[in-house]
Amino acid sequence: MTESRFINFALPPWLSAGPAMAVLLFFLAAPLCIVAAYSLMEADPHGGVRAAFSSEAYVRFLFERDWDGNLALDGSYAAIFARSFLLAAAATALCLLAAFPAAYCIAGQPPERRGLLLLLITIPFWANLLVRTYCWVLILRDSGLANTWLSALGVIASPLPLMYTDGAILAGLAYSYLPFMALPIYAALEKTDWRLMEAARDLYAGWWQTLFRIAVPLARGGIAAGCIMVFIPSLGAFIAPDLLGGGRKLMIGSLIQLQFSSSRNWPFGSAAAFVLLAAVLLVLWLWLRRGGAQKAQW
Amino acid sequence: MKHRKLLAFAVTAAALAAAPAGAEGKLYLYNWTDYTAPGLIEKFEKETGVEVVLDTYDSNETLLAKLKSGGGGYDIVVPSHNFVPILLEEGLLQEIGADKMPGFSNISKAWRSPPWDPGNRYTVPWQLGSTSFTVDTGAYAGDINTYKILFEPPAELQGQIGMFNSPDEVISMALTYLGFPLCNENSAQMKEVRDLLVAQKPHVKVYNSDGIKDRLVSGEVLAHMNWNGYSIRARDEKPSLHYAYPKEGVITWVDNLAVPKDAKNPENAKRFIAFFLRPENAAAQSNFAGYDSGNAEAAAHLDADKKSAPELSTPAGAKLVFSSSCSQQAIALQDKVWTEIKK
Repeated sequence: MTESRFINFALPPWLSAGPAMAVLLFFLAAPLCIVAAYSLMEADPHGGVRAAFSSEAYVRFLFERDWDGNLALDGSYAAIFARSFLLAAAATALCLLAAFPAAYCIAGQPPERRGLLLLLITIPFWANLLVRTYCWVLILRDSGLANTWLSALGVIASPLPLMYTDGAILAGLAYSYLPFMALPIYAALEKTDWRLMEAARDLYAGWWQTLFRIAVPLARGGIAAGCIMVFIPSLGAFIAPDLLGGGRKLMIGSLIQLQFSSSRNWPFGSAAAFVLLAAVLLVLWLWLRRGGAQKAQW
Repeated sequence: MKHRKLLAFAVTAAALAAAPAGAEGKLYLYNWTDYTAPGLIEKFEKETGVEVVLDTYDSNETLLAKLKSGGGGYDIVVPSHNFVPILLEEGLLQEIGADKMPGFSNISKAWRSPPWDPGNRYTVPWQLGSTSFTVDTGAYAGDINTYKILFEPPAELQGQIGMFNSPDEVISMALTYLGFPLCNENSAQMKEVRDLLVAQKPHVKVYNSDGIKDRLVSGEVLAHMNWNGYSIRARDEKPSLHYAYPKEGVITWVDNLAVPKDAKNPENAKRFIAFFLRPENAAAQSNFAGYDSGNAEAAAHLDADKKSAPELSTPAGAKLVFSSSCSQQAIALQDKVWTEIKK
């Protein structure tokens, strides 16, 4: 009886998927189409675009009009992209290193304590990103916490130059996105059958072997999800590079932001955002093709 | 242009949100962050019964984009002088006939009928000041009144320089140092600017337009590009910080009160502007923000520390340089220089 009632209420698939499709259409497809269209138009001198076709924005990525107006091969933007990708990859690796042990420990706790520990991981996330990043300025600058303590302990004689380095950017990024890594790994580990770990120990697997041959493969789906969720926002970040890196080098995020503000070149900003999106999709696609897909459990 | 405070803006917004509902309607004010004296708004509300709603922005570009998209519904906006011609060209402002308003005669002659608004048909000055730099004279004892300090720093200041993170302002300053016109479309001259800034980069510790006072007071940098009003706040906390009036030219800006074309309460907007033209009210704003209001009669109402502040009195005979709205070609060259510095 229950079964037939369920069938009565069931909607045809195309209709039941309607709300999801509408959300995707309005919040994903439509904005992307606008960005794509803008990237192929001419820049309005006062910001915005003029309705005229131009592929100049894409040409600019590889070819720069030199000071005399000729087209010449130019690596500036490629270098900016490469730097951003490297930094995002490093931030992701750092997050993974910090988040896996944390998630592993939490998943191994009695259930009543896990909730509290997870809450503690997410609490910093309630504060504004700008505020959290600025706190790192207070820690890392010459007269900041780190240098004050180190010199009080007599470890250093003069302040270490911690601020305005790639390391400072990395610390800020990894700190900002740590929960994005810890939560999916925890979710994956929590679902696994911990008897497998016990069995491994019973069969004389060492601590490292248990970790790398049992726990890590079981958490693979969570690790993959976490990596994607940290890598992508790190790639577009501009607050940490500007505040902690001293704005000395452009990142993709700051490049795009610049085009929409003082450089008033919306088409180039849109094109940069689009190239970034394409690059991310390409990396993901290659990764999924290499077999990540079968093993990743989302 | 000069007050992008990262953390403090919520305070003013929260204070103003609590204003009583007015029987005289509302006034939607759209101003730079941390740039509206709370006491001024309270006084206006009490006097007129108009409820003021404040919203803030952090760049002229944001203001332009918002007005262009027809959004906002603001009654008063505060564009910088170089953006007034752009807003006029786009037809985004309405005529208010400021020159016929009571109190207009209080504005100092030097600031009446400026090139960006001949006859003051659209605007009156809100705050005006200069962009130069602040030096810790405890670390460097020589003459600071030249941009050489910043662009080709002496040994004491090398590696201890802070610059704004804004292509337009940094490049305008470099152009002034080199004696070239601003908004430059000459690629040979812009190449020289690039060379100067690329050579300067190793001496620069940070490019950031926020938190300037913090870095100067904590000694993190010894010289920093700065606005005169912010320099006062820094000197308050560290007396060895002095503001420079470079002999090559002092870059001057004026932020102006204007009424958007689609304002819903233009009468209240004009009431506010007339209110602001009264010397005691202009002085209240200057006491809060630390900038000159262009109101000649306001001086009597200024706090003692503002009256005597060297940052507020540009030396007689100083060469003033005004930025203007740059052409697309000039902006493209600026972007090119900036990318080359930071690639």
